Formats: sequence, structure tokens, C-alpha cells
Amino acid sequence: MKKDWPLWEVFVRSKNGLEHRHFGSLHAADAEMALENARDVYTRRNEGVSIWVVESKYITASNPADNGEFFEPAQDKIYRHPTFYDLPDEVKHM
Amino acid sequence: MKDQDLYNYILGIADNSLILGQRLGELCGHGPNLETDIALTNIALDLFGQTRSYYQYAAKIAGDGRTEDDIAMLRNERDYKNVLLVEQPNTHFGHVIARQFLFDVYHLQLMNALQHSEDEMLVAIARKGVKEVSYHKRFSGDWLKRLGDGTDESKQKIQEAIDHFWPYTDELFDMSDSDKKMAEQGIGVDLTALKDEYYKQISEVLEEATLTIPDNPYSKRGGKQGIHTEHMGYILTELQYMQRTYPNMTW
Amino acid sequence: MSEKEVKNLEAIFEARIARDEKIEPKDWMPEKYRQTHIRQISQHAHSEIVGMLPEGNWITRAPSLRRKAALLAKVQDEAGHGLYLYSATETLGISREELFDQLHSGKAKYSSIFNYPTITWADIGAIGWLVDGAAIINQVALCTTSFGPYARAMVRICKEESFHQRQGYEIMLTLCNGTPEQKAMAQDALNRWWWPSLMMFGPRDADSPHTEQSMKWKLKRKTNDELRQQFVDQTVPQADILGITVPDPDLKFNAETGHYDFGEIDWDEFWQVVKGHGPCNKERMEARVGAWERGSWVREAAMAYAEKQAKKKVAKAS
Repeated sequence: MKKDWPLWEVFVRSKNGLEHRHFGSLHAADAEMALENARDVYTRRNEGVSIWVVESKYITASNPADNGEFFEPAQDKIYRHPTFYDLPDEVKHM
Repeated sequence: MKDQDLYNYILGIADNSLILGQRLGELCGHGPNLETDIALTNIALDLFGQTRSYYQYAAKIAGDGRTEDDIAMLRNERDYKNVLLVEQPNTHFGHVIARQFLFDVYHLQLMNALQHSEDEMLVAIARKGVKEVSYHKRFSGDWLKRLGDGTDESKQKIQEAIDHFWPYTDELFDMSDSDKKMAEQGIGVDLTALKDEYYKQISEVLEEATLTIPDNPYSKRGGKQGIHTEHMGYILTELQYMQRTYPNMTW
Repeated sequence: MSEKEVKNLEAIFEARIARDEKIEPKDWMPEKYRQTHIRQISQHAHSEIVGMLPEGNWITRAPSLRRKAALLAKVQDEAGHGLYLYSATETLGISREELFDQLHSGKAKYSSIFNYPTITWADIGAIGWLVDGAAIINQVALCTTSFGPYARAMVRICKEESFHQRQGYEIMLTLCNGTPEQKAMAQDALNRWWWPSLMMFGPRDADSPHTEQSMKWKLKRKTNDELRQQFVDQTVPQADILGITVPDPDLKFNAETGHYDFGEIDWDEFWQVVKGHGPCNKERMEARVGAWERGSWVREAAMAYAEKQAKKKVAKAS
């Protein structure tokens, strides 16, 4: 049976000190090839110093249908943000 | 020319990159899939980058007003000194990979050795080249293994390609008169010293790729003396088309 | 889901887009939105990779090493752009192989401009200047389109393409500052590429039935005719700088509107080329299908190798 190359997700660190960021995807037969393809496809303009690849099927994603219960409960926890607290102006840098 | 030997020596190296780059350039847009197409083009771009550095340096040495493009595109066939291997056609992807790998292993050895040249400019070019060519070798070596240990069809095709190109490998280590003079002065590389290591490395990868190491047949050579295969004329026809058809113009 | 529930979801969906929210692949979307996006993004992807062919023609013949490297890098970028766009399409639940099948079977379309031949070096300049110029006008608008993966691909593409048009214009400029023979070559290229470039914006608004829907989904921010006008307005002064003449006797600046008026496009030619009767439709498809078929054993070998290696790893571990 004919099998197509699976899809991989590519994450690139643009420079040390920064996190890896999702850059896009590509096809490759194995992990080694996925890395090489990522290098050839996504860092042609000197965009990276480190690459992660992961086969797309191994990513577990939250379901947008659950967004209500997943994310909305965090919306009203305003006491987690510094601006929730009143301090006199004399107190600087806190 | 004062430095005729150095000039010849540089061209001997540069012509390999030019002609192999030209062959890979033919493939752009025709690869087995997008990712591989892009990867092969990256190799071609590296080779043309090296080519330009060499010819610019050679033009400076010649000092007669000739530019990198004059040197690249306005010589007669007998004056191109690339090895026969790099001018062989892209018959199928197995040929592309076999040709590339057999050249890359040599090319990396050369770049490594050239970093110790007495000539600063060549050292600078080689330092950059080492990184590029290391990747080329990784790419072609990985593909050699994939094709060798892939399907029955791919094994047969890549073995046929390796067998086909094997007789062309010995020429890589031929020393022209200028090569010899430059090696004596510590500027050039003694190619004969690279040979054993070359076949050792190649054999290791071929074994890993579950391929058979070909017997040593009667070698094909001549490119380094400017005596090329019939393919070369067609390569030059395209390479030189614009410069020959519209002489003395700026592009 | 009942019809009423779907209607309700559709209303919420349209409202999200109207608020400039992005739609991501796993979000609920109307089937028509999905199908339209698969069609349009893949058509865009096909255009990128078929577009490699006319320019790829000249890689081996480029007149200088500098031009050769730039052209090679540009054509390679187009492969990359095709890849980004196929990836964006794949998030909608269709594989790249299926998309290739659609292209190869003639079911999917690509930009007709690439069915014209590149017969001189000046054509490479004209393509960069005019064809990329027209493409950029379309693409900039798409950077804010509603479908997230498409918008992100477009942002990356626009960034990378900024050198393409300059590359083309520089070629034209060099020709126009060169010998009379070179300048004639540039003029000839403009003569042949001008009208096909105007056709790139598609049929007149009156003949473009999907425009309204596409505007709603932000697949289009301006109509075909508006974009075409923008292209003419921006390109004519560039031709003046080159000192070559746009091949349109009706072209003239209209002080009242502030725009250039221009002549009628040969719409019969437009439709004929769309239908497959252009100068190179057949050659382009043969090249694409040929490359894909010749690559088949290579792709299979890589998969077979990967599977063998994976098995070896498992055997080693146990």
C-alpha cells in the first residue's frame, strides 16, 4: 500500500534567550528528515538557532467547543493582576 | 600572469562547484516533492556562492579586467577543469544523490584541508565552505541510506547509480601541474593523501546503506585536463547562452 | 444538528468574522467556508509551484552568477510559499497528496499567468516586476484574511517576497540602461506581459459572482476591478522611469478621478487560457505530473526506510 510522508510541526528558536515558536509544518518520512527539511524550509533566511519537530499526530489539542469551560473561568479572576490592588502614589516601583 | 598556478588552482576547485551547481539548478521545480526540491536548491545556492568567491578571487589575481562572469561564462570547453563526475546528468534521483554523495565526501575533505592553506583568501573560503559542505554530505549520505535500505526498487536504482559513477571517482585525486606546485608551496592540498580516507568513508556509508561496494574498474578521467564528456558542451551552451549571444553587455 | 441550530451557529460565525476575529482550523465553520478556503488556498499554492516552471527555465541560462543565484533563490522561495500554503490547506482536513491529485487531474486551477512562455531573459525581469507586483497587491490584502493559517502564511510570504519584485525591476532597469538591443528586449517583454498581468486580477466585478461572499469572509478586501486599478496606477509610473511604453493606446491619466484609464482586456483570451488553451498549459501540467511520478519511488523508499528504522529501534529496546 502506498503511504504518504506524515505531517510534522516545526518549532524554531530564533535566537538564544527566546522560546521555540511554532513556525509551520512540513512533510517528512522520519524525524531526522523532518529536522533537515525544517532547516531547509524554515531557516533559509537565518531565522533560527534551534529546531524542534514533532509529528503532528502526537499533538493533543483542546477542543474549541470546550473553550467556555476551559478559558472563561479565568476571565473574572482580576485579583491575579497587579492593577487590582490600590496603593498610594508615594509607593513607587512595586 | 604572475600567479598563473594559483589562478589555475582556484579554477580547478571553482569549476567543480559551478558545474555541479548548474546541474542542480536544472532540478529546481522538478524534485520528488517540495521539501526535497528546496533542499537541493539550497545545496546549489551554496555551490554558486562558493563559485563566486573563487572566481572573484581569480579575477583579482588575473588582474586584466576580467570579471567573475567572464571567467565563469566565457571560456572554451577545454579550459574548464572540473572533474567528469560533476557534469554527469540528472538521470534520476538516484543519480543525483549518488553523484552528490561521491562528490561531497571528497569536497569536505578538500575544504577541511584547505583551511590550513598558506593562502588567507582560500582559508576564508574554505572555513565557510566546510560548514556548507558538511551539510551537503549529511543530506546526500542520509538519502543514500534511505534509497539503499528502502524498497527493492530504490536499492536497485541507487546501486546502479553508484556503479555507474564509481569509475569517475578516481579522477578526484588527480593532481594537475598547478595542483602539484600549489601543494608544494603549502597553498594547495595534496589530493593523493586524501584518497584512502575517501574510499574508507564511502565504503562505510555504502555498507550502512546495505549497498555493494563496486569493484575497481578502469577509471574515467580527463576533466581536469579539460577533456570532457559529451555532456559538457550542452551544459556550457546553456551556461554561456546570454554572454555569447549578447557579448559585452551588463546584466 | 437541526437546520435551525446550524443557522444559529452560522450567525455566530459570521459575527465573529465581522468583529475581525480569526477562525482557526478546529473551530466550527460552515461547510461552504471550508470548501471555499480549500479551493482558494490550494489554488494559490498550485500557482506558486506551477509558477516555478516559467522562471525555472532560465536558471541555467541566467546571464551572470549574481542573477543566477538571485533567480534560484526566488524560484526556491516559490516552492517554500507553495509549501506554506499547502500546509495551511491541510489544516482544513485534506492532504497534500489529494491536492496534488486535483492539480494533476485538471480539477484544480492555478493562476493563468504561468501558462505564458518565458522566451527571453527580459521575461524574468517582467515577471518579477509585473507578475510579482500584481501578486503582492493581492497578497497584502490577504494578510488580514479571516482564516488564521492562511493569514499567517500570507504574512510570512509577503515578508519573503519583498525582494522578488525588486529583483525583477532591477533586471528591467539594467536592460533599459543598457544597449538598444537590451532595451528592445525589455520593451518586448512588457508588451507580452502587460495584458496577462492585468488578467491576474480575475474577471470584471460584474462577472465575478463570488465577490460578495469573499468580501464577507475577508478572502477579498477589495474587488477585482479595484485591485486592477491599483496595479495600473502604481505600475505606469514605474514604466515611465524605465523609459518603456505600456502597450495600451487607451491608457491615459484621468485628472478628474486621479487614476489611469485603460483599455479593454481581451476577455476571450482570458477565458481561453483559463480553460486550458494557453500557450503552455499542457507543458506546465506535464512538468508537474512528470516530477511527481518520477518522484514516486523516492517517496516510497523514504517511507520504507523510516519503517525499517522504527522497527529496529523497537527491537533494540525490547
